Amino acid sequence: MELQDLINSLSLEIKTPELDLHREVTGGYASDLLSDVIGNAQKGNIWVTLQIHLNIIAVASLKELSGIILVSNRNPDADTLKKANAENVPLMTSTLPTFDLVGKLYALGLRCR
Amino acid sequence: MPVEFRADLHIHTCLSPCADLFMTPRNIIEKAASLGINIIAICDHNSAENIAVTHDLGKYRGITVIPGMEITSSEEVHILGLFSSLDRVYDMQEQVYQHLQPGENDEDAFGMQVVVNEEDEVLDFNKRLLIGSTDLSIDQVVALIHSFQGIAIASHIDREGFGIIGQLGFIPAETGFDALEISSRTPEEKAIETFITYRSFPWITSSDAHQLEDIGKKTVGLHMNHATFEELCLALRGSEGRKIVT
Repeated sequence: MELQDLINSLSLEIKTPELDLHREVTGGYASDLLSDVIGNAQKGNIWVTLQIHLNIIAVASLKELSGIILVSNRNPDADTLKKANAENVPLMTSTLPTFDLVGKLYALGLRCR
Repeated sequence: MPVEFRADLHIHTCLSPCADLFMTPRNIIEKAASLGINIIAICDHNSAENIAVTHDLGKYRGITVIPGMEITSSEEVHILGLFSSLDRVYDMQEQVYQHLQPGENDEDAFGMQVVVNEEDEVLDFNKRLLIGSTDLSIDQVVALIHSFQGIAIASHIDREGFGIIGQLGFIPAETGFDALEISSRTPEEKAIETFITYRSFPWITSSDAHQLEDIGKKTVGLHMNHATFEELCLALRGSEGRKIVT
């Protein structure tokens, strides 16, 4: 699935509109522990988290994730947003809490892989 | 008679991937000296490899450098360990390295981890994933610090990311912290209002400096007889006339 389609389906708010959103989402990963994401997320995964700290961008970049969705309307720090643009990591927000958002991603066919 | 010393007990060097490369031991000591700070603690993420140099440079400038580390627990909570000597911090480092998440640092993603000498020359790049977590729980980290006669301090409890309250909701009563740290982000009055429940712990404020201009942004005043680790222990406990002053 393309990230742009996923954003449309879930009515996500795009925080990094300058970045190219035509990229493949291979699966999903939900976790709020950065070490867990470093250890277990797969390349191309969309990452669902409530962490807004700057380090999420470094982790997403390291793991070559397709993007990060912040849940429950969490607002990224200014530093985080700046780094997301610099590192080419699409950042989106959802009004939904993690449980509901992941349910919708699963229903769209995404799996943890 | 106790006199007042100024201390900044949480400073990173260029060994921490997230710290500025200008955070060399020499620059840190010069900056601290220019601000009249008497005591600093070097607390890099999960490593202690730039402390010996800073310690020696501090000696020439009359600044006490306390060997420390900022250890990441398995819950991704940051905990400061302060130690009496280089040997003790190296004991702790050995344990932390054994328990640190495997993997190599990616300099593009996280930043460089530079080990330097007294002349600011690069000796080595630490390859470990210092930004990562250990598999040690908060209680295990605190117990390890204590096993090396160190001081365990919960880092920046007012910060959501990597602070114990942000990660776990509250500070468990049975956790054996010797002190709590409030960062420069929260003014004292606000901190007292927000963290009133935790007033039974000694509080310190420090800069958590990652760049030179942040050093000394927050310091803590200590009434002590000498600028030593032993006196700091007494001050945190409020023993024998030593105490924390703001």
